[in-house]
Amino acid sequence: MRVGLFIPCYVDQFYPDVAKASLELLEKYNVEVDYPLSQTCCGQPMANSGYERYGKESADLFMKNFGHFDYIVAPSGSCTLHVKDHVLPKDDKTPQIYELCEFLTDVLKVKDIVSSFPHKVGFHSSCHGLRGLRLAKCSERMDPEFNKPLSLLNKVKGIEMVELDRKDECCGFGGTFAVAEEAVSITMGNDRIADHQKNGVEVLTGADMSCLMHLQGLLTRQKSPIKVMHIAEILNGNPVK
Amino acid sequence: MKGHTHAQAAEEFIKDDARTHWHDETLWHVRQKRDLSAQGIPEWETLRDTASAAKNYVLSHLGELLEQFESNALANGVEVLWAKDAKEHNDHVYRILQENKVANIVKSKSILTEECGLNHYLEDKGYEVVDTDLGERIIQFAKQAPSHIVLPAIHLKKQDIGEIFHKHIGTQEGASDPKYLTEAARQHLRKKFIEANAAITGVNFGIAETGGFVVCTNEGNADMGTHLADIHIACMGIEKLIPRAADLGVFLRLLARSATGQSITNYSSHFHRPAQGKKMYIILVDNGRTEQLGREDFKNSLKCIRCGACMNTCPIYRRSGGYSYNSTVPGPIGSILSPGKDLKKYSTLPFASTLCGSCSDVCPVKINIHEQLYKWRQVITENTDVDASKKLAMKVAGVTFGKPVLYDLAGKMARTALRITPDSLVYSSINVWGKHRDLPQVPKESFKEWYKKNRKS
Repeated sequence: MRVGLFIPCYVDQFYPDVAKASLELLEKYNVEVDYPLSQTCCGQPMANSGYERYGKESADLFMKNFGHFDYIVAPSGSCTLHVKDHVLPKDDKTPQIYELCEFLTDVLKVKDIVSSFPHKVGFHSSCHGLRGLRLAKCSERMDPEFNKPLSLLNKVKGIEMVELDRKDECCGFGGTFAVAEEAVSITMGNDRIADHQKNGVEVLTGADMSCLMHLQGLLTRQKSPIKVMHIAEILNGNPVK
Repeated sequence: MKGHTHAQAAEEFIKDDARTHWHDETLWHVRQKRDLSAQGIPEWETLRDTASAAKNYVLSHLGELLEQFESNALANGVEVLWAKDAKEHNDHVYRILQENKVANIVKSKSILTEECGLNHYLEDKGYEVVDTDLGERIIQFAKQAPSHIVLPAIHLKKQDIGEIFHKHIGTQEGASDPKYLTEAARQHLRKKFIEANAAITGVNFGIAETGGFVVCTNEGNADMGTHLADIHIACMGIEKLIPRAADLGVFLRLLARSATGQSITNYSSHFHRPAQGKKMYIILVDNGRTEQLGREDFKNSLKCIRCGACMNTCPIYRRSGGYSYNSTVPGPIGSILSPGKDLKKYSTLPFASTLCGSCSDVCPVKINIHEQLYKWRQVITENTDVDASKKLAMKVAGVTFGKPVLYDLAGKMARTALRITPDSLVYSSINVWGKHRDLPQVPKESFKEWYKKNRKS
């Protein structure tokens, strides 16, 4: 099994620890991981802003870097969804891309997580992973319950998952939305934070660092004691920063 | 709010934090009622699939179904009129009122007549049009437009309504008890119903197979109006068809549950033919629908049954209010319908979304709303010259992300710049991100740099 690790551009630049945790986590399950050094960005920022046509070069580069793998794994639901919907050609020969959690649950079918995290944790369900990749049942649909990221977190020793009032409402990041619609974005982010605060969350986690960057930005500005960690860091056994 | 972008209007709305959160909570409560009600239906997702398939069938057979509907309605003794746009629709209504020497008009809720600007048109001709839906009557007194398609006065609190009623129908000053205010409205409207010669209604479902149509209300005001008046004018968008009477069960079960969480609207009134000595008209309105039907990526927006669930679930709508969209149909569905009518005027609406997808999953007829928002964005940047600096930034980003050397360099430069620049400059007024949010702590090395040192030597 040849696995290519795709690290989204902003994770590469701003959150190297999340990338390291993703790599180490996959290596723990004896996956042979290769990280192509010429990778950049999947092109999502341009596409969601209405400039999909300017993303052609990064899409071509993506295929050059990742086209030969069996699987591509990325620690981001949002980038994974973009690659799936807009970058990978729709044929059988191209590799399958998986968001990290679903790769662990669906491909590796991991039974155990060797990690201990004795904290009260709130999970932020990022929209593109939730409703795009269907990492879990969203609250709008009336299907049977399932939740891939939570099933992994629940295997972590000592962890206490906190139930939120609105379990899957958007945080208001939305890429350029965060700046273009600043007022709504901030209000949405603060409302999410209030939900976690109210329910006694110590560590806020999720599978998309972009949403977490937005929430963390608000939390640190407000000098909140709530810490933010990517799910890969918790599953990899990293301590609270 | 004219000339404003959605973001500017939203910012205005949000300035009143308490009211914003009240608005959010109120609509979230409706969304929760919808969830509870849908949870009671084990076959909910099957119902959505079925409704979606029926509407897809309608859209791909619209011409023949409309003709079938027309001929059945004619056979029932209904006069059928066609309107290619708002003006033709309004002219038809005016002609009917003139021909029948109508003096007093009552109207039950119809978003289509809002879309056509019928009230203003008739008022200019000297008619008074009395909206009989409670919410509509409230905003009609206040000279406002609906801020929501199902809950037109949802932006008003009971205290606001008390004030409006005090001014217009003489309720006690300061009174805000909903029961008292509703009773006052009831007495006021009763008089209007009795005086009316013509009743205008919308249409929720037109049934091709029978030529009949269904109007759903909670207050029974459509029935009260049509039963008392001699003339019934039903205004119907051409997409409101369903093929068979048997399909109604699917749609009626979905509509009220999606809209308010009720199992069914209090009144689902079936109209087939005029009563003896009375007249019934149906006006079939296009007003841009055929054009939308011709847009492959956007045509299935016409499946909409106007339940408003996408508004109640939308985290942006709930926090920016209906008026921030500045279009007859606000919220997610409005943001995919309106650009087809005026691309430039509504160019910011498809960007008033995080593409969270909640609208698409809550939609009872499975319109891929968030995917259409994405597609409208592509159309808008290609066909309008709204934001030159953003366009340039995106072009530069596109080139940078296409070249690994450029990307690595740009990343390093950005990280270095952020590390060495004083906070007072980083968090200056140009940095919109940083007004209320900190930037991430900047690491010394990127993952790629770390990887080269530690894994690939």
